[in-house]
Amino acid sequence: MTANLAAILYLVSGVLFILALRGLSHPETSRQGNYYGMIGMAIAVVTTLAAGVPDGLGWVLIVIGISIGGAIGAITARRIPMTAMPQLVAAFHSLVGLAAVFVAAGALYAPEAFGIGHPGHIHGASLIEMSIGVAVGALTFTGSVIAFAKLDGRMSGKPIMLPGRHILNLAIFILLIVLVVFFVQTESVIGQRSLFWAITIVALILGGLIIIPIGGADMPVVVSMLNSYSGWAAAGIGFTLGNTALIITGALVGSSGAILSYIMCKGMNRSFISVILGGFGGESAGPAGDLGDRTVKQGSAEDAAFIMKNAGKVVIVPGYGMAVAQAQHALREMADTLKEEGVEVKYAIHPVAGRMPGHMNVLLAEAQVPYEEVFELEDINSEFAQTDVAFVIGANDVTNPAARDDPSSPIYGMPILDVDKSKTVLFVKRSLGSGYAGIDNTLFYKDNNMMLFGDAKKMVEEIVKSL
Amino acid sequence: MKAYAQEAATGAADSAAQAADVAAEAVAAATGGAIDPTVFRLSIFVLAIFVGYYVVWSVTPALHTPLMSVTNAISSVIVVGALLATGVSFMEAEGAIWAKVFGFIALVLASVNIFGGFLVTQRMLAMYKKKK
Repeated sequence: MTANLAAILYLVSGVLFILALRGLSHPETSRQGNYYGMIGMAIAVVTTLAAGVPDGLGWVLIVIGISIGGAIGAITARRIPMTAMPQLVAAFHSLVGLAAVFVAAGALYAPEAFGIGHPGHIHGASLIEMSIGVAVGALTFTGSVIAFAKLDGRMSGKPIMLPGRHILNLAIFILLIVLVVFFVQTESVIGQRSLFWAITIVALILGGLIIIPIGGADMPVVVSMLNSYSGWAAAGIGFTLGNTALIITGALVGSSGAILSYIMCKGMNRSFISVILGGFGGESAGPAGDLGDRTVKQGSAEDAAFIMKNAGKVVIVPGYGMAVAQAQHALREMADTLKEEGVEVKYAIHPVAGRMPGHMNVLLAEAQVPYEEVFELEDINSEFAQTDVAFVIGANDVTNPAARDDPSSPIYGMPILDVDKSKTVLFVKRSLGSGYAGIDNTLFYKDNNMMLFGDAKKMVEEIVKSL
Repeated sequence: MKAYAQEAATGAADSAAQAADVAAEAVAAATGGAIDPTVFRLSIFVLAIFVGYYVVWSVTPALHTPLMSVTNAISSVIVVGALLATGVSFMEAEGAIWAKVFGFIALVLASVNIFGGFLVTQRMLAMYKKKK
């Protein structure tokens, strides 16, 4: 295969990847888009094997490698519960990061295979690209491993604050730059290799240090950000290899992750910088201030069933608590029963509901809720005023009217779902505790709010029985 | 809002393509074709960032999780580097043995991601159903 033909085929696979993302503009076209992605990947792999034919041992290793990796990937994809998607995505990011490190290592030890020179005489530009690829890759790896541990509950979601961490991180970052400069300038093979691994180790440490001070509530931003990093790492390697498919993909993934981070930050009214600096959102920030003698109206499953049965329109507001309680299937059953009673049912999703962008939509889709019934914040917020019942289940901070009305609230300015404007709010919750942000929800004390205390799944099942 | 995004996306893609043509011609004319390939790669990279920007904004928020898993899968096209390193022949490079070791590890990692990423995306997308 000529180099020109190979380059054109890589371009084709790059375009197919763009189409894969384009397909996601609508659920109907998304499945086809995913196939475009698969075809693009197949073209890239076949082109590589045809353009630079591996030696005998190479073929054996390639077949074994793809079989092992493919089997692990396929089994994981089949078995993973949808509630664990954030952890899975974080784990996948770490793999891309580590793969980038090892590809860069391969390029350094056998530059001839990549057409970038000889050991000790690798082109300067390639060395710069390689060091960017390896540094960002290593950073993505440890960062994602920590994000995975936090999301998977293997590590506390509380921010871990080291003293003087900003100075420390800055110093490590400068050290990294210095190492890269030496790496690019040195001519000795041994020196280059040792500096390469030094860059890797320093970047690994930095990746960990960047993520540990970030609290559980900010994980959606972190996962998106690491998504972006994995893209930039891939692009760095793409430059080293001079591979169009890899450069295009790296740019796509990099900008995709950046946009998702932006959307998540906006959903929480937090600046990207403040998220990165960390320290926000532990598991729970203690009892929420002075509750005074404000009274809370409490109701039973029967009350809730009665109110909803007689309502014209019910809007369900699910949050991460629904996913934890695995209440989505029971919830859909409740919605179906209500629809049979002639009630109009819709779902309202806040941009940061769940632990990653779009997580709640996937969980509802899994429970076979048709996507036409699920609405985003800006599309449904004006409807709450004409809604009879807002049924809040597992969400908290995203419904807190203080974010809209009380300038002294720490979450003031965060876009919320205006559930308090509906005639009645039914709020399913375990207790009166505060949410992730550690802030008291003023909604609880409003006259139109009724608390349904209990486990989300049990409560919904009881409501279904009473309907 | 959506129609606007779509229009913007198409418009941006068109102007990006035009800009690329103009840039390529200008570059070729000015240098007589002798230009560092890195600059061409950089052009592709920058234009692809713009394409990514508009394409990702047109993704419906309901599909943001599949977006992340599929971007994960496609970023594993880094596998091409792993294949090159694994397939290097001993005659070609002195460091072939190490390159094969590193390449093999990268190959396994990238394969997990490719198969895992595309299949889990497919599983998710299959769940998004219309009203019966």
